[in-house]
Amino acid sequence: MFEVNEGIIQVSYIIATILFILALGGLSNQETARRGNWYGIIGMAIALVATLVGDVTQNMGYLIVALLIGGTVGIVAARRVQMTQMPELVAMLHSLVGMAAVAVGFANFMDPERLAHYVGVELTIHDVETYLGILIGAVTFSGSVIAFGKLSGRISGSPLALPARHWLNLLLLLGAIWYGYQFVVDSAAGAGMTPLIIMTVIALLFGIHMVMAIGGADMPVVVSMLNSYSGWAASATGFMLGNDLLIVTGALVGSSGAILSYIMCRAMNRKFLAVIAGGFGTGGGTPAAAGGEDQGEVVPIEPLETAELLLDAKEVMIIPGYGMAVAQAQHTVFEITRTLREKGVNVRFGIHPVAGRMPGHMNVLLAEAKVPYDIVFEMDEINEDFPKVDVSVVIGANDIVNPSALTDPNSPIAGMPVLECWKGKVSIVLKRSMATGYAGVQNPLFFEDNTRMLFGDAKATLDEVLKNL
Amino acid sequence: MRIGVPKEIYDGECRVATTPDVVTQLKKLGFDVAVESGAGEKASFSDDAYREAGCEVIDSASDLWSKSDLILKVRAPESDEAARLRSNQTLISFLWPAQNPELLKQLTDTGATVMAMDSVPRISRAQKVDALSSMGNIAGYRAVVEAAQHFGRFFTGQITAAGKVPPAKVLVIGAGVAGLAAIGAAKSMGAIVRSFDTRPEVKEQVESMDAEFLMLDFEDDEDGAGEGGYAKVMSEAFIKAEMELFAEQAKDVDIIITTALIPGRPAPKLITAETARSMKDGSVIVDLAAEQGGNCELTVPGEVAQVDGVTIIGYTDLPSRLAAQSSQLYGTNLRHLLTDLTPEKDGNIVVDMEDEVIRGTTVCKDGETTWPPPAPKLSAAPPKAAPAPEPVKAKEEKPRSFVGPAIGMAAAGLALLGLGAVAPASFMAHFTVFVLACFVGYMVIWNVTAALHTPLMSVTNAISSIIVIGALMQISSDVPIIKWIAVGTVLITSVNIFGGFAVTRRMLEMFRK
Repeated sequence: MFEVNEGIIQVSYIIATILFILALGGLSNQETARRGNWYGIIGMAIALVATLVGDVTQNMGYLIVALLIGGTVGIVAARRVQMTQMPELVAMLHSLVGMAAVAVGFANFMDPERLAHYVGVELTIHDVETYLGILIGAVTFSGSVIAFGKLSGRISGSPLALPARHWLNLLLLLGAIWYGYQFVVDSAAGAGMTPLIIMTVIALLFGIHMVMAIGGADMPVVVSMLNSYSGWAASATGFMLGNDLLIVTGALVGSSGAILSYIMCRAMNRKFLAVIAGGFGTGGGTPAAAGGEDQGEVVPIEPLETAELLLDAKEVMIIPGYGMAVAQAQHTVFEITRTLREKGVNVRFGIHPVAGRMPGHMNVLLAEAKVPYDIVFEMDEINEDFPKVDVSVVIGANDIVNPSALTDPNSPIAGMPVLECWKGKVSIVLKRSMATGYAGVQNPLFFEDNTRMLFGDAKATLDEVLKNL
Repeated sequence: MRIGVPKEIYDGECRVATTPDVVTQLKKLGFDVAVESGAGEKASFSDDAYREAGCEVIDSASDLWSKSDLILKVRAPESDEAARLRSNQTLISFLWPAQNPELLKQLTDTGATVMAMDSVPRISRAQKVDALSSMGNIAGYRAVVEAAQHFGRFFTGQITAAGKVPPAKVLVIGAGVAGLAAIGAAKSMGAIVRSFDTRPEVKEQVESMDAEFLMLDFEDDEDGAGEGGYAKVMSEAFIKAEMELFAEQAKDVDIIITTALIPGRPAPKLITAETARSMKDGSVIVDLAAEQGGNCELTVPGEVAQVDGVTIIGYTDLPSRLAAQSSQLYGTNLRHLLTDLTPEKDGNIVVDMEDEVIRGTTVCKDGETTWPPPAPKLSAAPPKAAPAPEPVKAKEEKPRSFVGPAIGMAAAGLALLGLGAVAPASFMAHFTVFVLACFVGYMVIWNVTAALHTPLMSVTNAISSIIVIGALMQISSDVPIIKWIAVGTVLITSVNIFGGFAVTRRMLEMFRK
């Protein structure tokens, strides 16, 4: 390998950092988003080339083979994934970052030159950095794997509530701190592998336990939280290696994920800690407690009548939820939208921030179905327009359109901002049955005078509606 | 079963209980339909039009009455009509049983089933049957048309070459169905419309039609909503304040349309003779309550009166003056009721006294009077059921204490100082970069639009695999285990790099205008 000036590598890193910031900034709106992605790709390429040229002195062959295999797997996965499975893919990718952080940490610890490089306080700090990098990496890894399992339905979505789970978490935390201390002490003496491995196991258990305790409805928070962790893991690794590029990038990703988690929590009016403590969302939704107060009658409607209502309307608002993703109904929804728009009906979409299983999930699904993004609105943009809406179509959503969030202070979802579709003239709710949503709360919307229930699989019934348009 | 629709015999009544359009629908329910010759003439439906719709046209009224199982009428039957009714027949029409107790008795004695379209309960399910609303709507519209007829100016304001025309000011008292229809009609003709109602909850409806809702400066929060969504009698003090408001408004407005009715009572006198006289010359009052005695003291029911330059219209037959429209709507109301009555669609009616709508509408059956019905279970606007729970505020505004954040900041500051005291310079350099990067991330991410949160996650995911650099630094190690771990790490992170960017690109390609 030829000799490269250290300064040039540093400059390459700075350029990569700037490109990463521009990449995130580019996502602030749809026009610049694609450019932002390219910035990210270029930044990554520059960083890789600079490191390759600067640090890699041998084993280039292995590296290229690994890069090619991994790259191929990644691209194939990206091509194949269904948009409804995006949350799973994202969780899977998070777990890989976590695993990489663990691997880099261990490899770094095994480096025999470590003790030669660092002494005294520097060694202690270095060891703490290594330890933290592995700890966060391991939590990210196991947590993401469980999140993947829950999102893909391989593990039940219902929260696992172990007895005394808060004490268990505390115990695991204390264990991690104790072994961290042990590790630093042993490491200075040239050992330390045992406490490191024990701590990794503890961290893995912690990750599993944390995500197991969280229900399906809180998944958007979990996914963005893991996103944040993967960033912090990269940042800790950067400290360990003394590499500013890693530190900065990790911090960017970490704060991005943290903000997303915050936004998701605010959209559900829940405290972050309460979500992490778990036990809120349940799996399939339980029927309302029998013998509860009489809610009145629901008025069912047929697809034919739905089509007539839609054709007579001037303003239609479509509110999609996770049910639309499950039924894969987004393409039919788009066909209906297009037909109605051709007939002069103003069709818009209202998206609740936590609709779906991942931040922005519904937007991606609608984009996949070619719904133009300028008719897709956020809750805050359209919530005041509902009194003017003739027909609201709620597809597979429940808690995000529950009026009791605003009216009943005792409701578990009290204070959560919701889409106020009941203020419109008619709401049509597509549902498979009368089961409650993830929060397990009965929805008074269904019993409103101006609500019509269209029962059945969303895709099948919407196809029927489309036929009648 | 056979439906018979006789010609209305009341003087000046132009409506008819069914139209050719409705006949087609009735036949789908399995009925045979016959009309009396000339029944629809005044509503512009010829006998031929009925024949085309598959309807039999019978010349004599007595034949029609005797051959039909089900009689549909608009007006309550006159006593000689009632005398024709037989025990196995059913009659559906307006009846006003409260005002016509003798008629109700006469009908009960025939043993026939009689249903009164004015007794349809005011519940949501029955809206499609609610003929009073249909007629109210027409009356409100027609009231504006009548007012325009007698008003000497434009409704809309204009600036023309020949000078400026001020817009007409219209006051609508009572914002029920008729009132709202009048507001809509007057507004669409360009007038400035104000409205008053004793029920504060209609304020929203009035404002939704772009009219101004007049508020009463009255200390008590008196709610004028009575049972079934109708108005009720108000307290004396309230009425006094109300009258003062009208007296003051009368001097300003050009047209007053009054629609104030309280069920089962004479109409309240809201416009005194003095108030009416105080209006500008050429002003018009349309009194929709004329039949119940009128809201204006000067109203002559059924007539147009002129008093001191003010025209007071007291027509009691406004829906009939728009006969084609009101026949169509009334016929459709009847058709909806018949749909409910024939669950099998086989042309045979079943009077199911368990059904709230049918129970409420039926006034006599099998020789027994079934009016008034038990109170409806649900009112259109329930009287304030229990003290309503306080709406939850979307965000709890706690007075922000500065103590908490201050302690947090102080603790963080001390921790940083402690770190600075022990940590070597190289660490602090990295730490500075880290803290700054967190802030940059914080600032940048807030600008990301919610729609792009998923792409944001996948792109940050790809970027966070920058961790590959760690592996690249280790891959050249001479220690085999480190080398192999590094190779493995490169493998998995490259899945992430390529996969993350590729899937982001794929998603962003999909977002289109």
